[in-house]
Amino acid sequence: MSGQDQGDDGVSRRKVLECMTWAGTGVLWTVTGGVPRSLGIIDSAEAATAVTPGMSFLQISDSHVGFDKPANPNALGTLEEAVGKINAMPAKPSFMIHTGDITHLSKAAEFDNAERIISQTKLDVHYVPGEHDFIDEEVKLYRERYGRGTKGHGWYSFDAGGVHFIGLVNVVDLKAGGLGNLGAEQLAWLEDDLRGKSKSTPIVLFAHIPLWTVYPQWGWGTEDGSRALEYVKGFGSVTVLNGHIHQVMQKVEGNVTFHTARSTAFPQPAPGAAPSPGPMKVEDARLRSMLGVASINFKQNEQRLAIIDTPLQG
Amino acid sequence: MRTLNRRDFGAAVIAAILLPATSARADDMDVHIDNFVFQPAELKIKVGTTVTWTNRDDIPHTVVSAGRFRSKTLDTDDKFSFTFTNAGDYKYFCSLHPHMTGMIKVE
Repeated sequence: MSGQDQGDDGVSRRKVLECMTWAGTGVLWTVTGGVPRSLGIIDSAEAATAVTPGMSFLQISDSHVGFDKPANPNALGTLEEAVGKINAMPAKPSFMIHTGDITHLSKAAEFDNAERIISQTKLDVHYVPGEHDFIDEEVKLYRERYGRGTKGHGWYSFDAGGVHFIGLVNVVDLKAGGLGNLGAEQLAWLEDDLRGKSKSTPIVLFAHIPLWTVYPQWGWGTEDGSRALEYVKGFGSVTVLNGHIHQVMQKVEGNVTFHTARSTAFPQPAPGAAPSPGPMKVEDARLRSMLGVASINFKQNEQRLAIIDTPLQG
Repeated sequence: MRTLNRRDFGAAVIAAILLPATSARADDMDVHIDNFVFQPAELKIKVGTTVTWTNRDDIPHTVVSAGRFRSKTLDTDDKFSFTFTNAGDYKYFCSLHPHMTGMIKVE
Protein backbone atom coordinates (compact mmCIF):
# COMPACT_ATOMS: atom_id res chain seq x y z
CA MET A 1 0.00 0.00 0.00
CA SER A 2 2.61 2.51 1.03
CA GLY A 3 4.66 1.65 -2.03
CA GLN A 4 1.99 2.29 -4.60
CA ASP A 5 2.92 5.88 -5.26
CA GLN A 6 6.61 5.50 -4.84
CA GLY A 7 7.46 4.25 -8.31
CA ASP A 8 10.21 6.60 -9.39
CA ASP A 9 10.33 6.70 -13.14
CA GLY A 10 11.81 10.16 -13.26
CA VAL A 11 10.20 13.40 -14.20
CA SER A 12 9.02 13.56 -17.76
CA ARG A 13 9.76 16.58 -19.87
CA ARG A 14 6.07 17.34 -20.14
CA LYS A 15 5.67 17.24 -16.39
CA VAL A 16 8.59 19.58 -15.95
CA LEU A 17 7.08 22.03 -18.40
CA GLU A 18 3.74 21.91 -16.66
CA CYS A 19 5.34 22.57 -13.35
CA MET A 20 7.38 25.39 -14.77
CA THR A 21 4.27 27.43 -15.27
CA TRP A 22 4.58 28.52 -11.73
CA ALA A 23 8.30 28.81 -11.55
CA GLY A 24 8.91 32.50 -11.96
CA THR A 25 12.39 32.85 -10.60
CA GLY A 26 11.78 30.36 -7.85
CA VAL A 27 13.13 27.00 -6.92
CA LEU A 28 10.81 24.44 -8.39
CA TRP A 29 9.79 21.44 -6.34
CA THR A 30 8.17 18.50 -7.99
CA VAL A 31 6.81 15.59 -6.03
CA THR A 32 5.82 13.35 -8.90
CA GLY A 33 8.15 10.52 -8.03
CA GLY A 34 7.17 10.38 -4.37
CA VAL A 35 10.33 12.09 -3.24
CA PRO A 36 10.42 15.82 -3.70
CA ARG A 37 13.22 17.04 -5.87
CA SER A 38 14.44 20.49 -6.55
CA LEU A 39 14.88 21.24 -10.20
CA GLY A 40 16.90 24.31 -9.41
CA ILE A 41 16.37 27.86 -10.37
CA ILE A 42 14.18 28.23 -13.40
CA ASP A 43 14.44 31.46 -15.31
CA SER A 44 11.34 33.34 -16.33
CA ALA A 45 11.98 32.90 -20.07
CA GLU A 46 11.61 29.15 -19.71
CA ALA A 47 8.61 29.61 -17.45
CA ALA A 48 6.95 31.79 -20.06
CA THR A 49 6.87 28.89 -22.55
CA ALA A 50 4.76 26.76 -20.23
CA VAL A 51 1.09 26.01 -20.59
CA THR A 52 -1.67 27.86 -18.78
CA PRO A 53 -2.25 26.52 -15.30
CA GLY A 54 -5.49 25.21 -13.85
CA MET A 55 -6.22 26.74 -10.49
CA SER A 56 -3.44 28.30 -8.50
CA PHE A 57 -3.19 29.95 -5.12
CA LEU A 58 -0.50 31.37 -2.88
CA GLN A 59 0.61 30.62 0.63
CA ILE A 60 2.14 33.29 2.81
CA SER A 61 3.11 32.64 6.42
CA ASP A 62 4.66 33.93 9.62
CA SER A 63 4.80 37.61 8.77
CA HIS A 64 5.37 38.46 12.48
CA VAL A 65 4.51 42.11 11.93
CA GLY A 66 6.02 44.02 14.86
CA PHE A 67 9.14 41.86 15.08
CA ASP A 68 12.21 44.14 15.22
CA LYS A 69 14.97 42.02 16.74
CA PRO A 70 18.45 41.43 15.20
CA ALA A 71 17.29 38.49 13.04
CA ASN A 72 15.29 41.06 11.02
CA PRO A 73 14.83 44.59 12.39
CA ASN A 74 12.13 45.32 9.79
CA ALA A 75 9.67 42.45 9.42
CA LEU A 76 7.06 44.81 7.97
CA GLY A 77 9.54 45.76 5.25
CA THR A 78 10.16 42.17 4.16
CA LEU A 79 6.40 41.51 4.16
CA GLU A 80 6.11 44.46 1.81
CA GLU A 81 8.81 42.91 -0.40
CA ALA A 82 6.91 39.63 -0.44
CA VAL A 83 3.77 41.45 -1.54
CA GLY A 84 5.79 43.15 -4.27
CA LYS A 85 6.97 39.73 -5.41
CA ILE A 86 3.37 38.44 -5.48
CA ASN A 87 2.13 41.44 -7.43
CA ALA A 88 4.88 40.88 -10.01
CA MET A 89 3.94 37.25 -10.67
CA PRO A 90 3.09 36.64 -14.31
CA ALA A 91 -0.22 34.89 -13.62
CA LYS A 92 -2.56 36.21 -10.96
CA PRO A 93 -3.37 33.53 -8.40
CA SER A 94 -7.00 32.87 -7.49
CA PHE A 95 -6.51 33.74 -3.83
CA MET A 96 -4.07 33.48 -0.95
CA ILE A 97 -3.91 31.61 2.32
CA HIS A 98 -2.00 32.92 5.34
CA THR A 99 -0.90 30.18 7.72
CA GLY A 100 -0.63 32.30 10.85
CA ASP A 101 1.62 34.45 13.00
CA ILE A 102 0.39 37.46 11.09
CA THR A 103 1.60 39.58 14.03
CA HIS A 104 4.36 39.17 16.57
CA LEU A 105 2.49 40.30 19.70
CA SER A 106 -1.20 40.54 18.67
CA LYS A 107 -1.20 44.33 18.96
CA ALA A 108 -3.95 46.22 17.14
CA ALA A 109 -1.37 48.31 15.27
CA GLU A 110 0.42 45.15 14.13
CA PHE A 111 -2.82 43.68 12.74
CA ASP A 112 -3.57 47.02 11.06
CA ASN A 113 -0.12 47.21 9.46
CA ALA A 114 -0.32 43.62 8.24
CA GLU A 115 -3.73 44.27 6.68
CA ARG A 116 -2.53 47.49 5.04
CA ILE A 117 0.35 45.66 3.31
CA ILE A 118 -1.31 42.32 2.51
CA SER A 119 -4.42 44.00 1.05
CA GLN A 120 -2.15 45.48 -1.64
CA THR A 121 -2.18 42.06 -3.32
CA LYS A 122 -5.91 42.67 -4.01
CA LEU A 123 -6.41 38.94 -3.40
CA ASP A 124 -8.91 37.22 -1.14
CA VAL A 125 -6.94 35.98 1.85
CA HIS A 126 -8.00 33.01 3.97
CA TYR A 127 -6.32 33.12 7.36
CA VAL A 128 -5.65 30.69 10.17
CA PRO A 129 -4.12 31.96 13.42
CA GLY A 130 -0.69 31.29 14.84
CA GLU A 131 0.04 31.36 18.55
CA HIS A 132 1.36 34.92 18.14
CA ASP A 133 -2.09 36.08 16.97
CA PHE A 134 -3.85 35.07 20.19
CA ILE A 135 -1.77 36.84 22.85
CA ASP A 136 -3.67 40.10 23.30
CA GLU A 137 -5.14 40.44 26.77
CA GLU A 138 -8.72 39.61 25.78
CA VAL A 139 -7.79 37.30 22.88
CA LYS A 140 -10.24 39.05 20.59
CA LEU A 141 -8.32 41.03 17.95
CA TYR A 142 -7.71 38.12 15.56
CA ARG A 143 -11.28 36.91 15.73
CA GLU A 144 -12.73 40.39 15.32
CA ARG A 145 -10.78 40.72 12.09
CA TYR A 146 -10.71 37.21 10.66
CA GLY A 147 -13.17 35.12 12.62
CA ARG A 148 -16.35 35.97 10.73
CA GLY A 149 -18.11 32.88 9.45
CA THR A 150 -15.73 30.52 11.25
CA LYS A 151 -16.39 27.90 13.90
CA GLY A 152 -14.84 27.49 17.35
CA HIS A 153 -11.53 29.31 17.59
CA GLY A 154 -11.58 30.08 13.87
CA TRP A 155 -11.73 26.91 11.78
CA TYR A 156 -13.67 26.69 8.50
CA SER A 157 -13.75 25.17 5.05
CA PHE A 158 -14.48 26.39 1.55
CA ASP A 159 -14.36 25.13 -2.04
CA ALA A 160 -12.38 26.64 -4.88
CA GLY A 161 -11.56 25.30 -8.34
CA GLY A 162 -12.82 21.84 -7.46
CA VAL A 163 -10.57 21.61 -4.39
CA HIS A 164 -11.92 21.44 -0.83
CA PHE A 165 -9.92 23.68 1.53
CA ILE A 166 -9.98 23.27 5.30
CA GLY A 167 -8.43 25.84 7.63
CA LEU A 168 -7.65 24.42 11.08
CA VAL A 169 -6.60 26.02 14.38
CA ASN A 170 -3.95 24.15 16.37
CA VAL A 171 -2.58 26.92 18.59
CA VAL A 172 -5.24 27.02 21.33
CA ASP A 173 -5.44 25.21 24.64
CA LEU A 174 -1.96 23.74 24.39
CA LYS A 175 -1.10 21.24 27.12
CA ALA A 176 2.05 21.36 29.25
CA GLY A 177 4.75 19.19 27.72
CA GLY A 178 2.72 18.72 24.54
CA LEU A 179 2.60 19.94 20.94
CA GLY A 180 0.04 21.79 18.84
CA ASN A 181 -3.56 20.88 19.59
CA LEU A 182 -6.75 20.58 17.53
CA GLY A 183 -9.09 19.36 20.25
CA ALA A 184 -12.13 17.10 20.25
CA GLU A 185 -14.63 19.74 19.11
CA GLN A 186 -12.63 20.67 16.02
CA LEU A 187 -11.91 17.03 15.14
CA ALA A 188 -15.64 16.23 15.35
CA TRP A 189 -16.35 19.19 13.07
CA LEU A 190 -13.68 18.01 10.62
CA GLU A 191 -15.10 14.50 10.46
CA ASP A 192 -18.52 15.99 9.79
CA ASP A 193 -17.19 18.44 7.20
CA LEU A 194 -15.67 15.59 5.17
CA ARG A 195 -18.68 13.31 5.44
CA GLY A 196 -20.26 12.64 2.08
CA LYS A 197 -17.43 14.23 0.09
CA SER A 198 -16.37 12.26 -2.97
CA LYS A 199 -13.03 10.57 -2.38
CA SER A 200 -11.81 12.04 -5.63
CA THR A 201 -12.16 15.59 -4.29
CA PRO A 202 -8.67 17.01 -3.77
CA ILE A 203 -8.27 18.15 -0.16
CA VAL A 204 -6.06 20.91 1.16
CA LEU A 205 -5.63 21.09 4.93
CA PHE A 206 -3.89 24.19 6.26
CA ALA A 207 -2.96 25.16 9.80
CA HIS A 208 -0.17 27.06 11.53
CA ILE A 209 1.82 24.38 13.37
CA PRO A 210 2.78 21.37 11.25
CA LEU A 211 0.09 18.68 11.47
CA TRP A 212 2.83 16.06 11.11
CA THR A 213 5.57 15.56 13.64
CA VAL A 214 8.62 17.44 12.39
CA TYR A 215 10.64 17.75 15.62
CA PRO A 216 8.81 17.22 18.91
CA GLN A 217 11.81 18.38 20.97
CA TRP A 218 11.01 21.88 19.71
CA GLY A 219 7.26 21.41 19.76
CA TRP A 220 7.10 21.13 15.97
CA GLY A 221 4.11 18.89 15.56
CA THR A 222 0.45 18.52 16.52
CA GLU A 223 -0.56 16.24 19.37
CA ASP A 224 -3.75 15.02 17.71
CA GLY A 225 -2.71 15.77 14.10
CA SER A 226 -2.79 12.07 13.26
CA ARG A 227 -6.52 12.05 14.08
CA ALA A 228 -7.14 14.70 11.44
CA LEU A 229 -5.04 12.75 8.95
CA GLU A 230 -7.11 9.63 9.64
CA TYR A 231 -10.20 11.44 8.37
CA VAL A 232 -8.57 12.34 5.04
CA LYS A 233 -6.90 8.99 4.53
CA GLY A 234 -9.32 7.68 1.91
CA PHE A 235 -9.05 10.74 -0.33
CA GLY A 236 -7.00 10.46 -3.49
CA SER A 237 -5.16 13.75 -3.17
CA VAL A 238 -4.38 15.45 0.13
CA THR A 239 -2.07 18.42 0.58
CA VAL A 240 -1.17 19.67 4.06
CA LEU A 241 0.21 23.21 4.21
CA ASN A 242 1.72 24.64 7.39
CA GLY A 243 3.99 27.41 8.65
CA HIS A 244 5.45 27.96 12.13
CA ILE A 245 8.92 26.52 11.47
CA HIS A 246 10.05 29.31 9.10
CA GLN A 247 11.67 26.99 6.56
CA VAL A 248 10.68 24.74 3.71
CA MET A 249 10.19 21.13 4.63
CA GLN A 250 8.35 18.53 2.63
CA LYS A 251 7.50 14.88 2.71
CA VAL A 252 5.11 12.59 0.89
CA GLU A 253 3.30 9.71 2.52
CA GLY A 254 0.96 7.73 0.31
CA ASN A 255 -1.56 10.21 -1.08
CA VAL A 256 -0.60 12.94 1.35
CA THR A 257 1.90 15.70 0.61
CA PHE A 258 3.11 17.68 3.61
CA HIS A 259 4.74 21.04 3.07
CA THR A 260 5.81 23.96 5.24
CA ALA A 261 6.36 27.48 3.90
CA ARG A 262 9.04 30.04 4.59
CA SER A 263 8.34 33.04 6.79
CA THR A 264 8.39 36.56 5.41
CA ALA A 265 9.98 37.79 8.67
CA PHE A 266 12.94 35.71 9.88
CA PRO A 267 14.42 32.25 9.41
CA GLN A 268 14.59 29.55 12.07
CA PRO A 269 17.26 26.85 12.35
CA ALA A 270 16.93 23.35 10.95
CA PRO A 271 15.69 20.88 13.60
CA GLY A 272 18.34 20.39 16.25
CA ALA A 273 20.85 22.61 14.45
CA ALA A 274 20.83 25.25 17.20
CA PRO A 275 20.19 25.36 20.97
CA SER A 276 16.62 26.58 20.35
CA PRO A 277 14.10 27.17 17.57
CA GLY A 278 14.33 30.96 18.09
CA PRO A 279 14.92 33.52 15.32
CA MET A 280 18.13 32.78 13.44
CA LYS A 281 20.44 35.68 12.71
CA VAL A 282 22.14 35.27 9.34
CA GLU A 283 24.32 37.74 7.50
CA ASP A 284 22.26 40.50 5.87
CA ALA A 285 23.11 39.33 2.35
CA ARG A 286 21.58 35.91 3.05
CA LEU A 287 18.39 36.95 4.86
CA ARG A 288 16.18 37.35 1.78
CA SER A 289 17.18 33.97 0.41
CA MET A 290 15.65 32.44 3.55
CA LEU A 291 12.34 34.34 3.43
CA GLY A 292 9.62 33.89 0.86
CA VAL A 293 6.22 32.66 -0.26
CA ALA A 294 4.84 29.48 -1.85
CA SER A 295 2.72 29.02 -4.96
CA ILE A 296 0.48 26.00 -5.29
CA ASN A 297 -0.84 24.87 -8.63
CA PHE A 298 -3.68 22.40 -9.11
CA LYS A 299 -4.51 20.72 -12.38
CA GLN A 300 -7.53 18.54 -12.89
CA ASN A 301 -6.70 14.83 -13.13
CA GLU A 302 -3.31 15.22 -11.54
CA GLN A 303 -2.97 13.74 -8.14
CA ARG A 304 -0.36 16.05 -6.69
CA LEU A 305 -0.48 19.76 -6.44
CA ALA A 306 2.73 21.41 -7.63
CA ILE A 307 4.25 23.54 -4.92
CA ILE A 308 6.87 26.13 -5.71
CA ASP A 309 8.75 27.98 -3.01
CA THR A 310 9.95 31.38 -4.08
CA PRO A 311 12.45 33.19 -1.87
CA LEU A 312 12.43 36.99 -1.72
CA GLN A 313 15.85 36.90 -3.35
CA GLY A 314 18.23 34.39 -4.89
CA MET B 1 8.76 55.79 76.07
CA ARG B 2 12.51 55.79 76.28
CA THR B 3 14.33 58.37 74.31
CA LEU B 4 17.01 57.01 72.02
CA ASN B 5 20.40 58.60 72.39
CA ARG B 6 22.15 59.67 69.24
CA ARG B 7 24.29 56.49 69.00
CA ASP B 8 21.40 54.03 69.52
CA PHE B 9 19.28 55.93 67.03
CA GLY B 10 22.02 55.55 64.48
CA ALA B 11 22.24 51.79 65.08
CA ALA B 12 18.43 51.44 64.81
CA VAL B 13 18.40 53.26 61.49
CA ILE B 14 21.14 50.99 60.13
CA ALA B 15 19.27 47.88 61.25
CA ALA B 16 16.08 49.18 59.67
CA ILE B 17 17.87 49.64 56.38
CA LEU B 18 19.78 46.37 56.45
CA LEU B 19 17.21 43.92 57.73
CA PRO B 20 14.55 44.20 55.04
CA ALA B 21 17.21 44.27 52.38
CA THR B 22 18.83 41.10 53.75
CA SER B 23 15.57 39.22 54.13
CA ALA B 24 14.38 40.34 50.67
CA ARG B 25 17.52 38.91 49.15
CA ALA B 26 16.89 35.58 50.87
CA ASP B 27 13.29 35.44 49.59
CA ASP B 28 13.79 36.41 46.00
CA MET B 29 14.63 33.80 43.41
CA ASP B 30 15.09 34.20 39.70
CA VAL B 31 14.24 31.99 36.75
CA HIS B 32 15.56 32.99 33.35
CA ILE B 33 14.12 32.01 30.02
CA ASP B 34 16.97 31.43 27.57
CA ASN B 35 16.77 29.46 24.34
CA PHE B 36 13.21 28.26 25.08
CA VAL B 37 14.29 26.78 28.42
CA PHE B 38 13.37 27.74 32.00
CA GLN B 39 16.60 27.94 34.01
CA PRO B 40 16.78 26.44 36.50
CA ALA B 41 14.12 24.00 35.37
CA GLU B 42 13.44 23.05 39.00
CA LEU B 43 13.65 25.35 41.99
CA LYS B 44 13.27 24.48 45.70
CA ILE B 45 12.09 27.39 47.83
CA LYS B 46 10.57 28.21 51.24
CA VAL B 47 6.97 29.37 51.70
CA GLY B 48 6.80 33.14 51.23
CA THR B 49 9.46 33.27 48.53
CA THR B 50 8.91 35.44 45.49
CA VAL B 51 10.08 34.04 42.17
CA THR B 52 10.72 36.36 39.24
CA TRP B 53 10.86 35.03 35.67
CA THR B 54 12.71 37.07 33.04
CA ASN B 55 12.36 36.37 29.33
CA ARG B 56 15.74 36.78 27.65
CA ASP B 57 14.65 35.32 24.28
CA ASP B 58 13.77 37.24 21.12
CA ILE B 59 10.41 35.47 21.14
CA PRO B 60 7.55 36.05 23.62
CA HIS B 61 6.82 33.44 26.26
CA THR B 62 4.35 32.95 29.11
CA VAL B 63 4.57 31.34 32.55
CA VAL B 64 1.44 29.35 33.40
CA SER B 65 0.64 26.96 36.23
CA ALA B 66 -2.88 25.65 35.69
CA GLY B 67 -5.28 27.11 38.24
CA ARG B 68 -2.49 28.82 40.19
CA PHE B 69 -0.78 31.56 38.24
CA ARG B 70 -0.63 32.88 34.72
CA SER B 71 1.63 35.64 33.45
CA LYS B 72 0.79 38.03 30.67
CA THR B 73 2.75 37.45 27.49
CA LEU B 74 6.35 38.36 28.26
CA ASP B 75 8.20 40.05 25.42
CA THR B 76 12.00 40.25 25.46
CA ASP B 77 13.29 41.30 28.92
CA ASP B 78 9.78 41.42 30.44
CA LYS B 79 9.42 39.98 33.95
CA PHE B 80 6.72 38.18 35.92
CA SER B 81 6.79 37.67 39.72
CA PHE B 82 4.75 35.37 41.92
CA THR B 83 4.93 34.92 45.71
CA PHE B 84 4.40 31.34 46.88
CA THR B 85 2.35 31.37 50.08
CA ASN B 86 1.49 27.66 50.16
CA ALA B 87 3.70 24.60 50.20
CA GLY B 88 3.46 22.17 47.31
CA ASP B 89 4.74 21.31 43.85
CA TYR B 90 3.95 23.86 41.17
CA LYS B 91 4.40 22.55 37.64
CA TYR B 92 4.33 25.29 35.05
CA PHE B 93 4.85 25.75 31.31
CA CYS B 94 4.84 28.26 28.48
CA SER B 95 1.36 28.24 26.96
CA LEU B 96 2.80 29.34 23.59
CA HIS B 97 5.56 26.72 23.50
CA PRO B 98 4.22 23.93 25.68
CA HIS B 99 7.37 21.82 25.39
CA MET B 100 8.88 24.39 27.78
CA THR B 101 8.14 23.17 31.31
CA GLY B 102 9.42 23.92 34.82
CA MET B 103 8.77 23.11 38.45
CA ILE B 104 8.79 25.11 41.70
CA LYS B 105 8.89 22.99 44.88
CA VAL B 106 7.70 25.02 47.88
CA GLU B 107 8.47 23.70 51.37
